[in-house]
Amino acid sequence: MIELNVMLCKGCSYCIKFCPKKILELGTDRNKFGHFYPHLTDEAKCISCGICATICPEGAIELPEKEKEEQ
Amino acid sequence: MAVYKRPATLKKNPSGFCPGCMHSLSTKIIAEVVDEMGQKDNCLHIVPVGCSTLNLVYWQGDILGAAHGRAPAVATGFKRTNPERLVFAYQGDGDLAAIGLAEIMGAANRGENFTVIFFNNQTYGMTGGQMAPTTLIGQKTTTTRYGRDAETTGYPMKMCELLATLEAPAFVARYALNTPKGVMEAKKAIRKGFEIQMAGKGFSFIELLGNCPTNWGMTPLQTLEYMESNTIPYFKPGVYKDKYKDEVK
Ligand SMILES: Cc1ncc(C[n+]2csc(CCOP(=O)(O)OP(=O)(O)O)c2C)c(N)n1
Ligand code: SF4
Ligand code: SF4
Ligand code: SF4
Ligand SMILES: [Mg+2]
Repeated sequence: MIELNVMLCKGCSYCIKFCPKKILELGTDRNKFGHFYPHLTDEAKCISCGICATICPEGAIELPEKEKEEQ
Repeated sequence: MAVYKRPATLKKNPSGFCPGCMHSLSTKIIAEVVDEMGQKDNCLHIVPVGCSTLNLVYWQGDILGAAHGRAPAVATGFKRTNPERLVFAYQGDGDLAAIGLAEIMGAANRGENFTVIFFNNQTYGMTGGQMAPTTLIGQKTTTTRYGRDAETTGYPMKMCELLATLEAPAFVARYALNTPKGVMEAKKAIRKGFEIQMAGKGFSFIELLGNCPTNWGMTPLQTLEYMESNTIPYFKPGVYKDKYKDEVK
């Protein structure tokens, strides 16, 4: 599962464009710098492919290690 | 199942780049490579003038500011006196291909043992979007109001192609940052450049095609399409020179 650091996000929407599952969407809340940020519309559909993290310019999306152990 | 952690070679604060600016993306992948190679404390990042300087307050590690276009000259001096350090210059297209043209040519021709990462967004981003030597024909900038015209301003300079004609450089390659695939290829090329340097095999040059949403007057998403249909067909991605193809993987 992805983790978004809301403070780092600038709302560019690159992650939304490239998510193969189309489960990222920009929300209506802004972070403290005034940027809209994305959220998952359906967590269960996330395949943890990391494409969103690869294209995010800010490194705002992480895929934590712990998930590996849970699997 | 991918695992991803933001590189420790970036500070924890947000970058100073505009939303969607690929300067952030290139800085992030360079930081990832530095982390993965265990070079965080051994690396020196040199920025000249342009939006690359925003890395002065974003890069977590040694970083030095050089005069406009002169990063390769500073890198030459530093690397020659500190050969064990991983040294790279991170330069914009106005910086590298206009005011700094002599320095990049000289350093490449001498085969200096450091890496140059060239961020080509086809404009002077920091100063408000003037024409750069790399601005595309027909591209509107604040100094080419009706689009760049070859008659009066010449043609966009292809730095990889130029540098690849020189004898000395070890590795010269170009990638585009507008897709995840391009980002992954770019990262691999940066790693290769750094490995060539750490093996003492000489000069490496990696051009990254990027954007400037603010001065192109586009949303970040629009710049991705623009790059696909305009930038990439002219500045073709690929490896232009690879002297040690069989020795350094
Ligand atoms: C000696 C000198 N000349 C001119 C300038 C003004 N100046 C600042 S940044 C810049 C161009 C930057 O363009 P580029 O290298 O493409 O960087 P970008 O901001 O697009 O990444 C210029 C001409 C300066 N700071 N110093
Ligand atoms: S990890 Fe893959 S599937 Fe999950 S949100 Fe990111 S891009 Fe979409
Ligand atoms: S790619 Fe990164 S900065 Fe851009 S919207 Fe997604 S999380 Fe935010
Ligand atoms: S002005 Fe252009 S190059 Fe500079 S940070 Fe903004 S988008 Fe990036
Ligand atoms: Mg530029």
